[in-house]
Amino acid sequence: MTETLTIGKALNLGLRRAMEDDAKVVLMGEDIGRLGGVFRITDGLQKDFGEDRVVDTPLAEAGILGTAVGLAMRGYRPVCEIQFDGFVFPAYNQIVTQVAKIHARSRGRLPMPIVIRIPFGGGIGAVEHHSESPEAYFAHTPGLKVVAVSNPVDAYWGIQQAIAHPDPVVFLEPKRRYWEKAEVDTDATPGPLFASRVVRGGDDVTVLAYGPMVKTALQAAEAAAEEGRSIEVVDLRTLSPLDLDPVFDSVRRTGRCVVVHEAPLTLGLGAEIAARVTETCFHSLEAPVLRVGGYDTPYPPSKLEEEYLPDLDRVLDAVDRAVSF
Amino acid sequence: MSVSSATTEMVDPVPGAAAPHLPQQPDLVQLLSPEGERLEHPEYSIDVSAEELRDLYRDLVLVRRWDVEATALQRQGELGIWASLLGQEAAQIGAGRAMAAEDTAFPTYREHGVAWTRGVDPLHVISLFRGVDNGGWDPVATRFNLYTVVIGAQCLHATGYAMGLQRDGAESATLAFLGDGATSQGEVNEAMIWAASFSAPVVFFCQNNQYAISVPLERQSRVPLYQRAAGFGFPGVRVDGNDVLAVLAVTRAALAAARDGQGPTFIEAFTYRMGAHTTSDDPTRYRLASELEEWKLRDPIARVKAYLSRTGVAGPEFFDAVEAEADELAARIRSGTTEMPDPPGTAMFDRVYAEQTPHLAAQQAQFEAYQASFEGGGH
Repeated sequence: MTETLTIGKALNLGLRRAMEDDAKVVLMGEDIGRLGGVFRITDGLQKDFGEDRVVDTPLAEAGILGTAVGLAMRGYRPVCEIQFDGFVFPAYNQIVTQVAKIHARSRGRLPMPIVIRIPFGGGIGAVEHHSESPEAYFAHTPGLKVVAVSNPVDAYWGIQQAIAHPDPVVFLEPKRRYWEKAEVDTDATPGPLFASRVVRGGDDVTVLAYGPMVKTALQAAEAAAEEGRSIEVVDLRTLSPLDLDPVFDSVRRTGRCVVVHEAPLTLGLGAEIAARVTETCFHSLEAPVLRVGGYDTPYPPSKLEEEYLPDLDRVLDAVDRAVSF
Repeated sequence: MSVSSATTEMVDPVPGAAAPHLPQQPDLVQLLSPEGERLEHPEYSIDVSAEELRDLYRDLVLVRRWDVEATALQRQGELGIWASLLGQEAAQIGAGRAMAAEDTAFPTYREHGVAWTRGVDPLHVISLFRGVDNGGWDPVATRFNLYTVVIGAQCLHATGYAMGLQRDGAESATLAFLGDGATSQGEVNEAMIWAASFSAPVVFFCQNNQYAISVPLERQSRVPLYQRAAGFGFPGVRVDGNDVLAVLAVTRAALAAARDGQGPTFIEAFTYRMGAHTTSDDPTRYRLASELEEWKLRDPIARVKAYLSRTGVAGPEFFDAVEAEADELAARIRSGTTEMPDPPGTAMFDRVYAEQTPHLAAQQAQFEAYQASFEGGGH
């Protein structure tokens, strides 16, 4: 069946389907039950699956992740909602020292099939701690997997695949795109979760993006096309592990690569990608790999976020610099 | 503004530091006095057979010998570090033996005595401190989770696991171990909030050994630890942690209540760390020798031996046999340690994920090629 779904609704349906498929799936988080979550991603699920499977937790993020570890040890598949990106840090200890390491610590005897859903990124005019992009902290942590979805189709399938996956997955949801719509075929066979995807073909420059920046990159490619410049856009989709083979193929053709993310520039995903593209495609490169990111400042008050966030023009500026290098 | 704290009443802040009054503390559950006399308690009674008493004595002696041997092995360079349980044997054996087969323990890094009661091979604990692995035992089969080194983090795991037990309708409980220092951790407090809110079948077993490395209890709490439980909405009990019978009785009752759907209990096992925090620590820098002497009089093993002897439940023949068994155990630990092979270099790449990622496989191949580039295939 094909339906027109927003990212938010696609996640809701994906969660519902995962809960129907596996009775061990338990949703945990703040306000996710009766309220349906502050973004309504879990709307209606507690009513249909009960309070034991959609748990309104006490207000403590470390508690959510720490008890999820125990539930996972008992054979459950907890799906934890962190209400906003900036609130994941109280749980950071559990995620980094426990969730990420228990499988290795136990030499595989204790799998940690935990999904950590985080609405991430800015652009919604929010106060401090509601607009951050913490992906690099998690991608830097061995034992975790990190994915970022950019569209309703990936949201619908990705959340189900993440829940079925045996490793812990940090699942990043582009909060300002929750209301973006697309056709979702709920009977289709989904592609793999941990794979990047070329979402627009092009010849002159390869632009890499993930999560909310995919739309920005596509808009930039559209604008560039009007000026006769051909941009290939890759949706990275998986941030750990990175799937860069399609990127390498692309860069070997275009010779130019621009990485875009909202997170601060320094030591962001762009730095790692630039290093790997340079190592692998050195002789194909016509220009250094360029990065477009947030500035190395705390996320600014919302009146400044338009200046802070990469937009179409900043992406095109980097494309110009890559072409004219 | 005055900074005087004169209006704040300190309630029994550190009975450990200068505590000759310990046996007289009204709230302390004690069933066997330091002199080895059986005591009665209005709420906690225990009926132990002669055989059970002898078994408890044997447990206590064997884990102490294991501990002493491990400390020696560390001093001889065979272990990187050792966290001694010396002085806490009764707390650990009592708690461990209180567990039913289906209960699950969530230890810190010092629960060797509990490991013993769960059938964990001492060498599987030793391997962690030798740097061979992160604990060699099977946490699923033994129902003894791997050691958790980040202070207090395991209390949330025990609570979450207990929530799983509830969902499964299982008639079992979890036993979360923690120390006095851990009670200051946010995660421990969160665990107690969760446990109370969901009435989870978890028992928090706090070994108050009076020091968090060097920092005495008074820095962690202005009230006796067991009284904290009231604020979370469940019972708190203080038990003489050097009295194996009292610990056994109190923990059994708490676990039974948890299994029965009555929710969590906080047990403060009042004890003393007779040795250093670990072999890297020097306790003479922060505590007095007189304090140690005081606690020697409350030794957890001597009182059981006195009771066994006085009541005729065991005699010299039995004690000699246990000594001989301890000697054998020590010899097995010694030879098992020195003969323990180092892990292969590639072991670090194993089990990071359920299935190795292509990226990590490539790194491992790089590592192996690098190793092989040296003459003789390694260096």
